[in-house]
Order: sequence, then structure tokens, then C-alpha cells
Amino acid sequence: MTKHKIASLPFAVWMLIFTILPLGMVIWFAFTDSKGTFTFDNILKIADFSETFLISILLGALATLICLVMAYPVAFIISRTGERVQQTLVMLTMMPMWMNFLLRTYAWMSILEDKGFINQFLGLLGMEPIHMINTRFAVVVGMVYNFLPFMIIPLYSVMVKIDKSIIEAAEDLGSNGFQVFRRILLPLSAPGIVTGITMVFVPAVSTFVISKLLGGGKEWLIGDFIENYFIGTAKDYNIGSALSLVLMVLILLCMAVTGLVDRDEEKGGIGG
Amino acid sequence: MSVDTIIDLKNIVVSFDGETVLDDLSLSIRNGEFVTLLGPSGCGKTTTLRIIGGFVTPDSGDVFFAGKRVNDLPPHKRQVNTIFQRYALFPHLNVFENVAFGMRLQKKKNAEIKERVAELLKLVNLKGFENRRVHTLSGGQQQRVAIARALANGPQVLLLDEPLAALDLKLRKDMQLELKKMQKSLGITFIYVTHDQEEALSMSDTVVVMNEGVIQQIGTPQDIYNEPKNAFVADFIGESNILDGIMRADFVVEFFGRKFACLDRGFAPDEPVDVVIRPEDIDIVEPMKGHLTGKVTEVTFKGVHFETIVDFKGFKWMIQTTDYYPVDSVIGIVLNPEDIHIMKKSEYSGLYGDYSSYSEEFDELADPTIDLTDEGGGESVD
Repeated sequence: MTKHKIASLPFAVWMLIFTILPLGMVIWFAFTDSKGTFTFDNILKIADFSETFLISILLGALATLICLVMAYPVAFIISRTGERVQQTLVMLTMMPMWMNFLLRTYAWMSILEDKGFINQFLGLLGMEPIHMINTRFAVVVGMVYNFLPFMIIPLYSVMVKIDKSIIEAAEDLGSNGFQVFRRILLPLSAPGIVTGITMVFVPAVSTFVISKLLGGGKEWLIGDFIENYFIGTAKDYNIGSALSLVLMVLILLCMAVTGLVDRDEEKGGIGG
Repeated sequence: MSVDTIIDLKNIVVSFDGETVLDDLSLSIRNGEFVTLLGPSGCGKTTTLRIIGGFVTPDSGDVFFAGKRVNDLPPHKRQVNTIFQRYALFPHLNVFENVAFGMRLQKKKNAEIKERVAELLKLVNLKGFENRRVHTLSGGQQQRVAIARALANGPQVLLLDEPLAALDLKLRKDMQLELKKMQKSLGITFIYVTHDQEEALSMSDTVVVMNEGVIQQIGTPQDIYNEPKNAFVADFIGESNILDGIMRADFVVEFFGRKFACLDRGFAPDEPVDVVIRPEDIDIVEPMKGHLTGKVTEVTFKGVHFETIVDFKGFKWMIQTTDYYPVDSVIGIVLNPEDIHIMKKSEYSGLYGDYSSYSEEFDELADPTIDLTDEGGGESVD
């Protein structure tokens, strides 16, 4: 065993104990009943949750899309500023994450409430209040707010490596703004897009805090069910495990599709 | 403006962060010419090129292309193409698609593109490289792809921003010849930016010497070398001994208390002037037979000649000679009229041309307060 292989041993052990083993347990629970005998019952029961799966994935995907659209220009602008400004802007991007996740989400409750900041402001303007809290809208807002930095940072880190002269060369050869974006920026930033989507979509799909606090617990997302089966009132490790397993497979499928689009983008380039 | 002027810059002023980069620069470039903008880092040569390319908008002044004012025309609408300092190839595209990029934007037919790319790759000696990824190519090959890509749109003017700077010496020499040949056969205008005086002299029809945002001299390579306008040009192009002299009459100059015959005239009587003597023009003779005698203080072997530093009354000259004179030997020199070039006094008088110390560039390198890397405003290194 070489030296650097020995150095990776702690991580390997960590992975074994805290990732591989639990994953094995999840699979084991998912395919057994409470007495420990093998069964497909848990997996078959997942059919009852299909609507929840659908809405969780849709809300997660919507939040991811909004994050991408908002983060892309921001990341590009940051990557084109001077070195010192860049550092400051990256720090500002990360700053919300210094604050506790729960606290941030609570803050959004007081912003979106029927008598919250937004509605008080609308009242001052003499406008009717808008009901926002405990809706899907509020849940998506919470997702976007909490996960936006996870989209900006990976995008920024690939964009900062795109040399200014490459963009200028594209302009020089006749590309207008949109063509520079389509033919140069998009393919060159594709790896950042995939990473960003992964880092936003995965936690957004499986969140239970945001849906509970901003969705008012009215509409349960898949994360809420999983939480409930493991530490909530409906304690049932077997169903909970089956839900987790199916969610994981679905996420992996989504990622595989994104990866394919990415590879296509890099290879295809210009329409020929 | 004459009919065959392709680019005309008029009274261009540019500053970045309050620092003047180009100061009232005017320059006309004829169609089909090979023009080189030559000067040290930060002289504004790259900025001038970027103004022509459309990447920098001047604070004041006008840019004309074939008689039309193009100040506000963005780069993608200009009929010029650029070869960038570090090639700037598109890393996600192969050689074929890099070269085809401009034509794809113009929505040319596939068959036409294929034919043209093949033609261009043949021109730059890269036949058969169509499917290679650009990062698998050597620097010289990437450079050739950049040339083919820039020529694909059939520009009237090609802008070259120190395109050979990253290549090793031998390849650079070959590419110089090739670029010159290419320019002649294509018959288009090349505007070439470099800080390498030898490159400028060997390739150009016209050399534009710049310093601190101001054009110092425009002329053919021979003009610039043989008739430098001021001490800056004399020092920057080749090696020069520059001394203080006084024009006593037409064709008579006095320095070191001695009168010399020269070929220059038209100065006021007793006008102080700068006298340039090129190190390779000086003939060494026995001490008794020389116009001046001096003592050798330093000898460096350079291959084709010895670079010999000689002390004449406290002023050190550089003499290039194929004969070896050891340190401390006393020698005489003879100066013929054609070896002596007289220049008007300028702001650069007294700054250059004495070999008593290291060059100014060396001093700058050793001075941490001077920033040599930037022309200001985050623009690319000049």
C-alpha cells in the first residue's frame, strides 16, 4: 500500500460506516417486513404516494429552474469582475449560509404571512393583501432562497475559467450577444450547470422543513412522509426505507438525464 | 484621406481609471500594407489594436474603416478579424469547427464550409487535423488554427496581437516568414502588434513606434533604424550610443570637444543635439590612429560578435566587433560621416544610450513599486 492510499483510509472507513452500511440497511428495510422476512409489499405500497412524488419533483424542478435562471447571469457577471470585487461578491453570495437554515426559513414566514412584511407594505400602498403563506408558491420561494447559492457557486467556478479572449474571439468572428451565449458560454459552462442542478434539485426534492414551515404542513412532500415514518408518529422503517430508496432512484434518473444533455451540449456545439 | 486608406484613426484619446493610455493618436493605414505597432509594455499598442477590432471605444476621436465612421460598430459587425495573444481557440470544438465558426454564423452551406475549411487548413499546413481536439495540439499548431479561423470570414484587415510571443525562437522565425508570405499572397492588410523590434523590422512595410500612448515615429524599417527621430526610438530599435553634441554648422557636429563630419543639416547654428552612433558602425583602430581613444571595461561574447564596452572620458559606449580586445586594453576608434546620425533634442534626451549601467528595463524589473503587467482597466497585457 502506498502512502497516499493509507492517507485515504480514514475516509474509506468513514464512507463504509456512514454511507455504504446505512444504504445497505435502507435496502434491507425496504425489502423486509416488521418481522424481517423478505417482501415486495413496501415497494408496492409506494404506488399510493405517486402523487406526492410527482408534486415533490415538480416543485423541486421548478425551484431548480428558477435558481438556474437567476444564478446564471449573476455568476457570469461575478466571473467578469476584477479579482478583489470577485472575492467580495462570492462572499456576499455565501453570506446567507452563515445564518442558521431554520432561522432563515422562519424569517420567510414573517415576510410572507397574511400580516407579514409584504402585505403590510401592500396595505400602505392601499392594495389588497395577497395570501402567500402555506401555499406551493411559498414553498418554492423558500427552496429558491435557501438553495440559490448552491447554484451560483458552481456556475461561477466554471465561468471564471473561461478566458475573456475566447468570448472576444467569438464576437470577433461575428457572434452577437445571444450567439456568444448559445455557442460559447452555454457549452463551456455545462459542467457547472449540471453540478448546480444536482446541488439544488436533490435537497429541494427531499426537503421537509421548508414544506412544513412555509407550506404549513397542509401538503406533504415526500420528505415529510419519510421524516414521519422514521421519527414521526407513523413509525415504520420499512415503508420509510422504501420511500427513500425510490426517491433516490428517481433522483439518480433525473441526474442521468441532465448528464446526457450536458454531454450532448459539449459535443454538439454548433448545429452541424 | 486617400482612396486606398483602409483604416484611419483620428485624434484618439483613451484612458483607463484616469490613466491616459492613448494620447491624441492619429494613424492612417493603407490597404494591403503590413503595419507593425511596436513599443514596450504599456505603450498603448494593444489598445490601438483593440480600438480597430471594436473591443475598446475611444473616449474621444474617430475611427474610420474604408471611409466610414465605425466608432459605435460592435466587433461582430466589423470586417476585421483578430488573432489573439494566446490564440483563444474554442476548447469545446475540434479544429474543423473552430475554423468553421465564423461561416456557421453566416449560415453558409455545409458543402461550402467543408471546402473552405479544407482550403484554409491547407494554407496553414494543417491538412488532416480536422477532427483533432484543440488541446491536443502544440502551441505552433494552435497558432495555425487561430490564423485559419481568423481568415475564414475573408476579412479585409487582420489584426495580430503578439501572435508569436508564446512560441520558441526557431518556430517564431519560421512563422514570421510564413506570415509575411501569407500577407503578400492574400493581399490583405495586416496590423501586427509586438514588442520585439527584430520581428517588426523583418516583417513590416511600415513600423509605428509607440511609447506612453504617443506615436514616436512612423516609417519603413530602414527609416526607423537608420534615421531614428529621437533617443527613445534609437534606443528601442537596436543598440545605440547616444551622446550630447552641438551642431556647429551644416554637416559639422561637435562632441567630446572634437568636430566630426556628418551627413545632417538644417539645424540652427550651435543647436544642441543628440548624436546616435550604432555599435556595429564603429571601426576600431590602433590608439594613435583613432579620432578618440578609450579603455575596454567589459567584453561579452555574442556568437557573431563581441559586445565590447569601452570607456571614453567617463562615457561608456557599446561597440560590436568581430575582433577580441581584452579588458583594460586601450583602443582607438574612427567615425566616418555616415556612421553619425543627428537627432533633435527631445523629452527622451539624456535618458538612453549610455552603457554605464544596466538598462532601464532592468531597473524597472528590480523596482517593486512599478507595475509592468498592466495597461490599466483590466485590459490585456500589452
